[in-house]
Amino acid sequence: MSGATFYISVDGVEIEATEGQSIIEACDAAGIYIPRLCHHPDLKPSGNCRVCTCRINGRNGSACVTPAAHGMVVENNTRELTDDRRAVIEMLYVEGNHPCPYCVASGDCELQALGYRLGMVAPTQPYQWPARKIDATHPDIYLDHDRCILCSRCIRASRMEDGKTVFAFEGRGIAMRLNVDAEGGLGETQMAAIDKAAGVCPVACIVIKRHSYRVPNGSRRFDTAPIGSDIEAKRKGRKL
Amino acid sequence: MNSSNTSAVESILKEFEEDRTRLMDIILAVQQRFGHVSDEAVQTIATSLGIHAVEVEDMVSFYAFFDRQPRGRVRIRLSRTPISFMKGANEVARAFEEALGIPIGGTSADGAFTVEWTSDIGMADQEPSALIDGVVLTELTPADVPGIVAALRAPGDDGGPLVVPSHPSEGAPLPKAVVRSSLVHAGALLSGPRGPGDGIRAALALSPEQVIEEITKSKLRGRGGAGFPTGMKWRLTRKAAGRDHYVVCNAGEGELGTFKDRMLLTEFPDLVFDGVTVAGYALGARQGLVYLRGEYAYLLGALQDVLKTRRSLGLLGTNICGREGFDFDIRIQLGAGAYIAGEESALLESLEGKRGAPRDRPPFPTERGYLQQPTAIDNVETLACAARIVEKGATWFTALGTKESAGTKLMSVTGDCARPGVYELPFGITVNELLELVGAPDAAYVQVSGPSGHAVAPKDFGRRIAYEDLSTNGSTMIFNAHREVLEIALQFADFFAGESCGWCTPCRVGTTLLRQGMEKVVAGRATLADIAALESLGNTVMRMSRCGLGQSAPKPILSTMRNFPELYEARLAPDSFTPRVTLQDALREAVAVQGREPVAEEVEV
Repeated sequence: MSGATFYISVDGVEIEATEGQSIIEACDAAGIYIPRLCHHPDLKPSGNCRVCTCRINGRNGSACVTPAAHGMVVENNTRELTDDRRAVIEMLYVEGNHPCPYCVASGDCELQALGYRLGMVAPTQPYQWPARKIDATHPDIYLDHDRCILCSRCIRASRMEDGKTVFAFEGRGIAMRLNVDAEGGLGETQMAAIDKAAGVCPVACIVIKRHSYRVPNGSRRFDTAPIGSDIEAKRKGRKL
Repeated sequence: MNSSNTSAVESILKEFEEDRTRLMDIILAVQQRFGHVSDEAVQTIATSLGIHAVEVEDMVSFYAFFDRQPRGRVRIRLSRTPISFMKGANEVARAFEEALGIPIGGTSADGAFTVEWTSDIGMADQEPSALIDGVVLTELTPADVPGIVAALRAPGDDGGPLVVPSHPSEGAPLPKAVVRSSLVHAGALLSGPRGPGDGIRAALALSPEQVIEEITKSKLRGRGGAGFPTGMKWRLTRKAAGRDHYVVCNAGEGELGTFKDRMLLTEFPDLVFDGVTVAGYALGARQGLVYLRGEYAYLLGALQDVLKTRRSLGLLGTNICGREGFDFDIRIQLGAGAYIAGEESALLESLEGKRGAPRDRPPFPTERGYLQQPTAIDNVETLACAARIVEKGATWFTALGTKESAGTKLMSVTGDCARPGVYELPFGITVNELLELVGAPDAAYVQVSGPSGHAVAPKDFGRRIAYEDLSTNGSTMIFNAHREVLEIALQFADFFAGESCGWCTPCRVGTTLLRQGMEKVVAGRATLADIAALESLGNTVMRMSRCGLGQSAPKPILSTMRNFPELYEARLAPDSFTPRVTLQDALREAVAVQGREPVAEEVEV
């Protein structure tokens, strides 16, 4: 980052951005929350989930992969975008198997938290009921593919942060799945519970064994405050 | 895998210099040699290339023509499109099922045959068509099938490998293994004498900047459908800083109903290669790549021969046409069954030996394309136009067509018409004029520019083929009043669901949901609320998807809703609510397990 600063407008609020920042990074720094799922602040963005889609200079684009540029006009919190984002969240719900009431991640799940924040009551689309298996071959981690939302966070973390490339996609379209780097399952890979890849899953696909209920339901991250409120607490910038 | 198999994979790896970016060719060769890519082969390849097995699997599992498990030694792939169905593909499929004793998608017990559906193979003017290994069969009828199966069985009677003769030297050709010429009407681009290299020699009389200037003045725009000004693309690529510059010819032609690039590559390969070389000169590139869709593998041998001849004529290689320092060559990269690989950034990923998932832009390929170097990606037809423009001048070109759409367009015309094929027509022609020309007096619905284009109803037949009106990649499917428009829309929806790359949520999940919604409409079970929800879903998928595939996947549904609302009305369920699943469907599994239908409840009188 060269450090040159400029201004962009987000929902009529002028905020400062730095050369090299994406729109989502500039907004995070300014305390404006753009809903997102696959983006993670420590990882290179990949634009999988499309939840952070904004209207950028009049055209739709993902805020995580679009570099901020001087004078950019961004619409984020609009009725249409909220509806579209909720529809995308619904798609992820019906694509996998997500039984929130008895899921280990309930209250700590970004998918669930976004459903609440975006006003999803129940999915209006048909459940796909895919048949997916649990991989419990690793002594410290299990993979519950039912919950996987194909956000690629673990893929990116394992490749770039851990230097292990334990994960990749397999197949295409609706048949696409998360795959591990061994025929015999996760237990035969280099994966360790302390890896970055083990800690970035937004849902309960990658779960550390024997840790699940250390924080009880009711006092988890999103039980106490809606997703994005940590970012919004930093709110600054001025109304145009 | 035994050691001789391992060494065969190793020698394939050596042939491609253990180059990670040539993974496509490596896997193509392994698939060709063994009929599938085994776990052991994946491991050998990964070790040799210094990557992880999971990365090889990621790429292999993406393409429809690669298999991880062995299938039949002969692969019969039947083209599944609305046009092939109109022409009797279903009946041909039944005949194959009968002759082989296996259902579509199955493999015969002796491991000799697998028969399955595949997406459009680029033979829409001669459907029903099939790909048998690399060989194309056209205009099939059920009566042809026993002869084809017998011919395939003959060499394998002694238990040896089955050979599909792709060349006369390998035995008698299969029945119907003929692709006839598709060109029906040639216009200014394709008429008149020209020799190999004419375009290059004309370009060399100008400086590279002047070539770009001439292309800009000609107002040439991309012929693949997007219509980006070619001159601007070349200028941006030329001025972008990079170690190398590349020109890529997009022959991924996967849109349903299009085959004009196949026609160009079959009948005018020198014109196309002239165009690639002219672009190379203009961009300052040393390497051109032609991305040829896997379905067109049967053209590869002939195209390689043309390239060889061009090298011997000094039209490729070093000091081309005697110009000191103009060194340029062309490599043909074969694809492996992925419609999305026609999207330019997905094509680049595929060229680099990865899964064909589109890239985010910026950066644009003109800045960072193939191997992160400045790259101009142009459609086959665009490059053919470019060669002619430098030969004949920009004003020759702008004299044709309309103000905003200079030149001519190759139209791939199919369906309910007397003379299907490729027509070269000036931009500005109306749909009505086109229908008259091709002999389609009773057209009731025309799908312009493939499923991602426009569903045109008779009220709009006065509209013009041009970027400013009905923009098109050339695919023109004509349907008469006896065809079921909504079923065709469902087939298009099914096509997109099958070809979605899966990278982004709205397209990966949305295309399947759209197909399911449309199934309910076609079954006559959709309520008014269902149709409103389907429209809303379509709009979300269009607005939220990452690339052109998802952004246009809802169009067959949305544009038939707009232009044929009466057809939706006719299928409307009269209820305010119908469940997604009928009671019969819900009980199907239980019925199968129990082996009997539920007993009807006794009705009290």
